[in-house]
Amino acid sequence: MNAPRLPVLRSDSAARQWFAGLPSSRTGQFFGNHQSLSVIVGMSIATAILPFIVLLPPFSGFGNQTDFVDGFAQAGVWVLLAIGLNVVVGLAGLLDLGYAAFFAIGAYTYAYGASPFSGNHIPFWPMLLVGAAVAAMFGLLLGAPTLRLRGDYLAIVTLGFGEIVPVVFNNSDQYTNGTNGITALYQPIIPFTSTSFGFGNPVPYYLTVAAIIAIAMALLYRLQDSRLGRAWMAVREDELAAASMGINTVTTKLLAFAIGASTSGLAGVYLSSKLAIVSPTQFGFTVSFTVLAMVVLGGMGNIWGVAAGAFVIYEIQSQGLKQLDGFVGSWFPNGLPVVGHVEFLNYQYLLYGLALVGMMLLRPEGLFPSRRRRAELHDVDDSAAANEELVEP
Amino acid sequence: MDAGILTQQTINALTIGAMYALIALGYTMVYGIIELINFAHGDVFMVGSFATLWLLATFGVEGTINDPARLVIVLIAMFAFAMVTMGLVGVVIERFAYRPLRRAPRLAPLITAIGVSFILQNLIQATYSTADFNIPQVIDPQAGVSFTMPTFNVGGFAVTSSAVTASWVHLFIVVLAVAMMVALQLFVRRTRLGRAMRSTAIDREAAQLMGVDINTTIALTFFIGSALAGAAGVAWALNYGHTKFDIGFQAGLKSFTAAVLGGIGNTTGAAIGGFLIAFVEVFSSQLGYARWSEAIVFSILILVLVFKPTGIMGQQLAERA
Repeated sequence: MNAPRLPVLRSDSAARQWFAGLPSSRTGQFFGNHQSLSVIVGMSIATAILPFIVLLPPFSGFGNQTDFVDGFAQAGVWVLLAIGLNVVVGLAGLLDLGYAAFFAIGAYTYAYGASPFSGNHIPFWPMLLVGAAVAAMFGLLLGAPTLRLRGDYLAIVTLGFGEIVPVVFNNSDQYTNGTNGITALYQPIIPFTSTSFGFGNPVPYYLTVAAIIAIAMALLYRLQDSRLGRAWMAVREDELAAASMGINTVTTKLLAFAIGASTSGLAGVYLSSKLAIVSPTQFGFTVSFTVLAMVVLGGMGNIWGVAAGAFVIYEIQSQGLKQLDGFVGSWFPNGLPVVGHVEFLNYQYLLYGLALVGMMLLRPEGLFPSRRRRAELHDVDDSAAANEELVEP
Repeated sequence: MDAGILTQQTINALTIGAMYALIALGYTMVYGIIELINFAHGDVFMVGSFATLWLLATFGVEGTINDPARLVIVLIAMFAFAMVTMGLVGVVIERFAYRPLRRAPRLAPLITAIGVSFILQNLIQATYSTADFNIPQVIDPQAGVSFTMPTFNVGGFAVTSSAVTASWVHLFIVVLAVAMMVALQLFVRRTRLGRAMRSTAIDREAAQLMGVDINTTIALTFFIGSALAGAAGVAWALNYGHTKFDIGFQAGLKSFTAAVLGGIGNTTGAAIGGFLIAFVEVFSSQLGYARWSEAIVFSILILVLVFKPTGIMGQQLAERA
């Protein structure tokens, strides 16, 4: 909060801050006023650079480029999930513990739309929108009766919903092929050609997910700064005050729920097309929990922060812990002193749990905080001071 | 119709219900006093079953104990150990994960609660493993009273009966759970500390002004709630004879449903809710919907919260500002 505030800096977009900090103040102003463009440029740069960073040491020692790009294409799923849940938890302040349910609904929508099991073959691109729409519809169906509840009841209702959905997919053999799941989903076709994405090459998937994320992020940034976004934050900070200012809190929360669910649906369609299989076991509570950890660690309310948090956590989980096991194994062939052999991979959720508790106690605003959220989460005294700083110029 | 199966399933439901009720009491007491859904509570129950496993393994108990005097001593040791250690675990959780956040926005302690739940699960997973562990059943699960229900045939409506076994372990769990609930009621209603708990639940600041030590009272609530979850863990070990690191999640969610169904914050309601949920679960399985019983229980949770959030016995709660 000590940094000098630039005149164009109206929200907490990290991209905006970054571009605004460029040497030429004119560039800064241009990007500051064209937020969607800055998101898309930022994503394009990141997408272009990432596959080449892994060719440099130390990353080059951990695996080949194809595996890394495949990992990034997978990480994109979590980034999408995290920026979607961020709308619900970070912006609107609703704790959704059944977020994986919408992910499952998106994935099964694609499986139903494009697999030999159902006999349908609808192309991938329209199915993205269909999956998002179906997930959003379920978000509305669940939200409409439950969003009137107190916040912590909502958490438990969504937790229950998150448990019911996989059970339904598991038991409705006729429609979902039960425990075995639906296999051999059709792959996306590269637009304007007749070439399928193919399994050996992760690049088309990587580019697709980067594009989806860029578009979703641009839209979410616009939403966040819109009337609706301000209503979300008002509801989050004081629902009663928001209602008395004329905000329809139920509609506002419902829209947060539906938009969050639709992003999760997108992630579901994409993931199922990438893996070419869906099964009920993929969408358990640990998925919801992991995404929540990503949002909390990244910094609730900050879209770039949450996206970066999700990416970093996914990479640590899929690459870092494995490498750590390898390093520790080679340095201490007889096991670590005192504790003996430790498989760090097995401690993944323990680490998440510790990180969640530690984060809430020490730095509730996350690693990449949104300034509004930080103001809200800190003590009454310093939040009053912070609020004064937040007054618009 | 088979009256025997009906009676047998009722006995089963009462046993499971007793466990759910014990866990639900912890949820409802904590919610009543600090308005927090303690997501870690189900995992405290799970750790309680592992504490029993550890105790029996340490003292070399390997199977059924037939000597009555020895059995009583072992049972007392099991309950005392699991209840005291789980009570302390509850106090530690409250002290480090919830107390610092008492004045923070609601979302913060809910998130730490989920974090604590995962920490407990993974600590057990790290010290033991993800395997299913057998716990010696000190009370012979086969022993009990066998009987048949009266049979009759009125106008073509035949009631038959297969043999019913009310095993000692089932009776013991139900009687013990009811005794604990009665003791809890007496404690909350008749003692000075119980009065402190009730007044803290109604208005924390006013209670503080009247000289109630809020921190001790909340810690005591966590101790009692977690000790009851520990007792449920022992009951689980006695009844099923095995445990796993993830039993706390489902059991916790079902017990929470019980607490909500009974009216959250109300201890009598939690007990009634526990038995009701167990009946729903057992009889939906009996009717051939075993695969759906979880979905049915959680649907009940959602329906109750939507249509009657105050539950059977609860009072209207004001929205906290």
